[in-house]
Amino acid sequence: MGFLARLFGGGGESSRDRAKDRLRIVLIHDRTDISPQLLNDLREDMIDVLTKYMDIDHDKIELNLDREDQAVALVANVPILRIKRGNGSLDDSPRAARN
Amino acid sequence: MATRVIVITSGKGGVGKTTSTANIAAALAKFGKKVVAVDADVGLRNLDVIMGLENRVVYNFIDVIENTARLEAALVRDKRVPGLYLLPAAQTRTKDAVNQEQMIDLCEQLKNFEVQDETTGAISHFDFILLDCPAGIEGGFKNAAVGADEALVVTTPEIPAVRDADRIIGMLESMGKSPIRLIINRLRPNMVNDGDMLAKEDILDVLAIKLIGIVPEDETVIKSTNNGEPMTLNVESPAAQAYLNIADRLIGNDVPLMDLQAYASRGFMQWLRNLFKGNKRR
Repeated sequence: MGFLARLFGGGGESSRDRAKDRLRIVLIHDRTDISPQLLNDLREDMIDVLTKYMDIDHDKIELNLDREDQAVALVANVPILRIKRGNGSLDDSPRAARN
Repeated sequence: MATRVIVITSGKGGVGKTTSTANIAAALAKFGKKVVAVDADVGLRNLDVIMGLENRVVYNFIDVIENTARLEAALVRDKRVPGLYLLPAAQTRTKDAVNQEQMIDLCEQLKNFEVQDETTGAISHFDFILLDCPAGIEGGFKNAAVGADEALVVTTPEIPAVRDADRIIGMLESMGKSPIRLIINRLRPNMVNDGDMLAKEDILDVLAIKLIGIVPEDETVIKSTNNGEPMTLNVESPAAQAYLNIADRLIGNDVPLMDLQAYASRGFMQWLRNLFKGNKRR
């Protein structure tokens, strides 16, 4: 009981505080939960955008949600084969892009 | 005044949606509003029992949707207070018996329904349609929510209930419901004081929606369910007062939150009793 715990200085963290922390972390994860379907759609869209600017290795793309206790991050690892310059032409033909 | 259609929902079951619907509906009627409480929990109807009107149910809203009964035949008028009506759910059907278009149509029928004032005989429309939503996030929830403009989300100060409330708030927001307001039910001020229960602030911090009221844990709720009489009709108790305040705020009046600390303050004897009960921590 809280009163006695406070009186004798024991107890440490209250169950209210633990509930608060656990709730916060559960909600961080819930709110960033992503279905495999959605992750796949995102992957396709990302490939479309990225290929406008670079040649990428489609088969080696890694796209994941990195979950830690306090935060969630979207981590993408995209191997680049070649960067495109100018109007979609490749880096090794810069003159064509300028003309 | 245009009819306000409000869904009462929670995600998690057993947190007090139906009790809240019955008591807010009765309180609104007590404040002179014309109210219909709709039991949208097809197959698991209970609002009739909580309101104490189970013996007077003849038709239900599925009968109205399927045109086997007229709306006025299905509506059950609560004789204890003027202006209070129940539209029961079907007990022998499943939630698949209705679709969203039919629910929208039913809400339209209710909005256009002409209610006769029992004393003056004047005709008007309902001021409030309260939809008691089934637990869950599936079709039953969507059916109940689709016809509503506003939402009340009921939660209790426990992780599972708040988590589910968060989920349901996200869905209500994406459906465009506004305002969405929170009822914290079954709060025990003593336990909050002792550091053994989530407090109002803890819940509001994470959910980030507006609070419309806090209902303290109160044995009167169980007694009134046993008796089939919504507390707000004539019982004086902390929970009844909390529901009256919520109804008052719904109407638009500025009512301060109840002083739950006063309700929590306990005498030496109570403290001694708790001591000898050997309350376990956590």
